[in-house]
Amino acid sequence: MTEATGTREATVRVWRGEDRASGGFAEYTVSVDPGMVVLDVVFRVQATAAPDLAVRWNCKAGKCGSCSAEVNGHPRLMCMTRLSSLPEGEPITVAPMATFPLVRDLVTDVSFNYEKAKTVPAFRPAPPGPDGKRRMYQQEVERVQEFHKCIECFLCQNVCHVIRDHEENKQAFSGPRFFVRLAALEMHPLDTNDRIDLIRAKHGLGFCNITKCCTEVCPEDIHITDNAIIPLKERVVTEFYDPLAWAKRRIFGPR
Amino acid sequence: MNAEQREYDVVVVGAGGAGIRAAIEAKAQGARTALVCKSLFGKAHTVMAEGGIAAALRNVWKEDGWDVHFRDTMRGGKLVSSWRMAQIHAQEAPDRVLELEEWGALFDRTPDGLILQRDFGGHRYARLAHVGDRTGLEMIRTLQNRAVEVGIDVLMECSIQRLLTDDGRVSGCVGYWRQSGRVVVLRAKAVVLATGGVGKCWRITSNSWEYTGDGMAMALEAGADLIDMEFVQFHPTGMVWPASVRGILVTEGVRGDGGTLRNSKGERFMFRYIPDFFRAETADTEAEADAWYEDKTKRRTPDLLPRDEVARAINAEVKAGRGSPHGGVFLDIATRRPAEYIRARLPSMYHQFKELADIDITKEPMEVGPTLHYIMGGVRVDPDTTASTVPGLFAAGEVAAGLHGANRLGGNSLSDLLVFGRRAGLYAAEHAARERAPRVDPAQVDEAARRMAAPLERGGEGEEPYALHSELQDTMHELVGIIRTQSELDEAVRRLGSLRERSAGVAAKGGARFNPGWNLALDLRSMLTVAEAVTRSAALRKESRGGHTRDDFPKADPEWAKVNVVTRLRDGRLELATEPLPELPEDLRALVLAEAQPPPRQEQHPEMESTAPAGMAGVRP
Repeated sequence: MTEATGTREATVRVWRGEDRASGGFAEYTVSVDPGMVVLDVVFRVQATAAPDLAVRWNCKAGKCGSCSAEVNGHPRLMCMTRLSSLPEGEPITVAPMATFPLVRDLVTDVSFNYEKAKTVPAFRPAPPGPDGKRRMYQQEVERVQEFHKCIECFLCQNVCHVIRDHEENKQAFSGPRFFVRLAALEMHPLDTNDRIDLIRAKHGLGFCNITKCCTEVCPEDIHITDNAIIPLKERVVTEFYDPLAWAKRRIFGPR
Repeated sequence: MNAEQREYDVVVVGAGGAGIRAAIEAKAQGARTALVCKSLFGKAHTVMAEGGIAAALRNVWKEDGWDVHFRDTMRGGKLVSSWRMAQIHAQEAPDRVLELEEWGALFDRTPDGLILQRDFGGHRYARLAHVGDRTGLEMIRTLQNRAVEVGIDVLMECSIQRLLTDDGRVSGCVGYWRQSGRVVVLRAKAVVLATGGVGKCWRITSNSWEYTGDGMAMALEAGADLIDMEFVQFHPTGMVWPASVRGILVTEGVRGDGGTLRNSKGERFMFRYIPDFFRAETADTEAEADAWYEDKTKRRTPDLLPRDEVARAINAEVKAGRGSPHGGVFLDIATRRPAEYIRARLPSMYHQFKELADIDITKEPMEVGPTLHYIMGGVRVDPDTTASTVPGLFAAGEVAAGLHGANRLGGNSLSDLLVFGRRAGLYAAEHAARERAPRVDPAQVDEAARRMAAPLERGGEGEEPYALHSELQDTMHELVGIIRTQSELDEAVRRLGSLRERSAGVAAKGGARFNPGWNLALDLRSMLTVAEAVTRSAALRKESRGGHTRDDFPKADPEWAKVNVVTRLRDGRLELATEPLPELPEDLRALVLAEAQPPPRQEQHPEMESTAPAGMAGVRP
């Protein structure tokens, strides 16, 4: 146990307001105990100074992906950011995710993601084997299980500069979360749906220039760029820009 | 009344496993269906389930079967479960798991490509379909994607506050949008409650802020019965340190995969706490216990006794001064399994301890202690249809009672959600198809709207919601915990009464837009109602059974095995009574009561080769 014991005071600057133009940071000083995370500090502020401070959270254990925010400028889950990982004695800054419209204080309107989810073509399984059972092997499911670890915290969406800095791209670009989801479907051992054209045309995979910002912030350590986005880009290239594949399709028809 | 109104056939309140599964089924039956979540979609407590889904798939042990699962459930529930629910649950769980696979779920596999199953407390065979230790996430995301695919109307961040009734039948519900604070009325021919449990009434809990007993309180208010409210489960292994994460769940899968509990002297103390009821099926030497993981002719390790037994044992060790430095006991898997195996089987436990406690569980033991996890009691339902005693009102999942009796086995919750979630959606849609258009009584809506607005109208002038909640949590933790006694329960009833009086004047600062203080002020009402139901039910049941242990009545009393404690709301007051349990049919009784475990079954499918994975296969007797 590396942490010092004993309660101390901490200063936290929390973004307050109902719109980005008129809101701003409010400073609070609260007592903090060893082992606390940033979300605990937010609770202390609620309980002692600002009962109406808006914050989203559920599990407080890094499993539900609700409490995403920007802590000292870094996109983090508040429940998994220990105070001991932040510089002691300096104020902690907590701001809402920048990419999504503000609802209030630390809460943003993430409906963009739920709308995009509706555009993903569903899983379509191949028929079961002759014994009526579906067989898949651990090795082949493991690759996809990595993508299923996604807790939909939307931090990857938040840091993706394609939409963070360009509101106009939101229409044509689904963002890393959905490349992970599409990769999971495309690589599912039993799936039979073909989404490659959609991935290119509707989800805007081409916008991504693999800067890996999404991978860096993923609290589940999903290798979003290397394992999801790049393989999808390769599939798109093979399908649409490979002259051999193109000729094959011309002769034998689409796959 | 000029609130926003929407009309549906079936409204499902709550979007965890049971709620989503219910909505999918109602929609499949052709009902116009709404699914209401208090949080964002996909964040409900199901996401935190770790260990797995119990279902006798017979992929690892073909000796398993619905009858063995049924017996385990009934015995784990200390004989007061609804036998019919336990039967349906055991029979239908395998199909519900396979259905998830049909919808894209990816469970861990056996070497020959089928769904792998793991050992868990109280289960005779390795039975839990799982994905490492994040099974709940896989389940909720699979259901969520399916719900999106079939086009269910999802109402996110909407908190339902009251059920509407018309001439004794359900006609919808009313609540508010958390983002705007505006009132919304949902007219419906049928309502399915899938609102989960009551954990936030206690101080140390694995539950999130949402678990405030809303569904149970609304059901009472609409005239429905609650049963078994005294049966509350403390999960034996929650984190105990650091203080700020106290209560966060440590999956039973740690023990299922070979971990063992030790006290400060290093003793595997569970061998001293084997109750007579489970003696015949529990190993009494360390050698037999350790051999059981691979050889199911051996008896099960006491580390995997049902949760109520393990929680009491930990409690007793700590009280006897043999606890760990932070008031728990040690859970050791580091010395018993290779690091690589631990990281592969328990990745999120590894991550959780590393990030939150600076503990490497592949090198050091964890410190764990009981945490309020689950309530077995809830809305009394028909075992086949999940219908409550109020026409048009259905309930499934943790909010419903019956399946788990006095104590739930690990892994039986996720299967419960699927089996009875589906049935709730099915029968709610059937009910809706027979009903005329619902009539909403404006007076009921106005009354609910006034109630919701009241804390805001008081502004800052009144009782503070966080302080009241904190006092409630202390009351329940100190006086209605693992071990209970009459004088403490009486004191709890008194304190709850005074909290209720004070809560009538609760005041919320700020506006209606995403205001957690105001939301909490409203949730306090249901928390106080269910807390009183639990406390008074506990005071009434004068024996110890499962998740209800009385210091002053330490033994189980066979007379109490014949009744449920029923809670009703009449003229604004809770009334309690005991009513007889449904009689267990003779053939099932024999199965449940046989002291020894049932003999391994004859092979039902002679073509099926042994599918036990290498290193986990048992030698068939």
